[in-house]
Amino acid sequence: MSMRLISRLDIKGPNLIKGIGLEGLRVIGDPQTFAKKYYDSGIDELVFMDIVASLYGRNNIFPIIRRAAQDVFIPITVGGGIRSLDDVREALQSGADKIAINTAAVRRPDLIKEVSRKYGSQCMVLSIEAKRKGPGGWEAYIDNGREHTGLDVVEWAKRGADLGAGEILLTSVDQEGSRNGFDLELITAVAKQVSIPVIASGGMGTAAHLVEAVRSGADAVAMADILHYGRMNVPEIRQYARAEGAPVGER
Amino acid sequence: MERRKPTVTIIDYGMGNILSVTRAFEHCGATVYLARTAREVAEAHHLVIPGVGAFGDGMAALGQLGLVPSIVSHHKKQLPLLGICLGMQMMLESSDEFGVHQGLGLIAGTVNAIPKVSPQTGPHKVPHLGWVPLKQNGRGWSGTALENTNPGESVYFMHSFMATPESTGTSCLALADYNGIAIGAAVQAGETIGCQFHPEKSGPVGLAILSMFLKRGQAA
Repeated sequence: MSMRLISRLDIKGPNLIKGIGLEGLRVIGDPQTFAKKYYDSGIDELVFMDIVASLYGRNNIFPIIRRAAQDVFIPITVGGGIRSLDDVREALQSGADKIAINTAAVRRPDLIKEVSRKYGSQCMVLSIEAKRKGPGGWEAYIDNGREHTGLDVVEWAKRGADLGAGEILLTSVDQEGSRNGFDLELITAVAKQVSIPVIASGGMGTAAHLVEAVRSGADAVAMADILHYGRMNVPEIRQYARAEGAPVGER
Repeated sequence: MERRKPTVTIIDYGMGNILSVTRAFEHCGATVYLARTAREVAEAHHLVIPGVGAFGDGMAALGQLGLVPSIVSHHKKQLPLLGICLGMQMMLESSDEFGVHQGLGLIAGTVNAIPKVSPQTGPHKVPHLGWVPLKQNGRGWSGTALENTNPGESVYFMHSFMATPESTGTSCLALADYNGIAIGAAVQAGETIGCQFHPEKSGPVGLAILSMFLKRGQAA
């Protein structure tokens, strides 16, 4: 089975932005321009995350998704501020294929069950923001790494999978924006304990980091600023990974 | 001479990623109509059953809207009919997702959970998510919606349940491999074709399949 190359687009208002440790933000540009560019260059999937929605309780991201669906014919995951089955329906009607839920699932875990029962597990992505709290331990955060939950990441991932999540978007708050590579121990700890795919997110600075993530058990890798700033493009990353023996597919 | 713009009718029964399927067909040059009533389905020439969700819910929704007889009639008239993902699964006879449910029975076959253990690699990940190359299943693809698709080209799968190639038999048009498990990727009977993968989410390869479907049933 091939692993997947995913471009993660963090959105604030109308803009594609990039954060450092989910804190400092920089505007990159129009999300549509970047989404189209990545589609044209052969990315496997796109993830759009509305990074302020859960703070303000609004969903500004759906018009951006509807626009993307005009020109982008690959799977789209939408996250940030999805709280209810109505939000899920609106996301899917806007062109999304999967929805990623963090805060609302922590507050009411049964939402995971309801979404997967109604739309299928493949649609329900559990988004986990993991912060290292010591050797081999991570705590789940909500509201973009601002608020801690007391939940152990590995236990929460297992519970989410049991409730019907079909995939885990695993973001390392510590590595996010660092370009120092993924939290490989975190990937291994979660991927070993769940039988659903795990997307590694946060910290990719070089294509070698992607290969490490896959060897640590990631089924997919989310990339942001390596693509946004054009340090590498999708074909270069794919070629490098293949040369290193990572199972990226032909596209 | 100007060619008439192709049209396609997508069944909107509340379970589909209607916008994505609509945009993909529009990209292929079609005018898209949505059908919510038996009459609208009966008026269709090219008909599509999309679908995201559980099999039982999907069949219940088609039943409540009274669409089943029109879909069966469309199939029997040998008019072009495309099912995508859940839409494809519902074309078969039955599914054991959350209890046993009867399907439309247009094509022989049953829907079962993807085995959680691979004969090659042991326990593996379900749902099955990702791009997988299509393989032929003992017959060519000419004269089908896959006519312009080359074996080995990859399309996107996103599912926990599958049609087994054994149960679909000679209706199985294309296969995909998941760690040694053969997945019925496409099934066909007459002008009715079902795709387990999402052609509307499979980039240029998927769009070529939708374009080919639009050409089915047109005078040469």
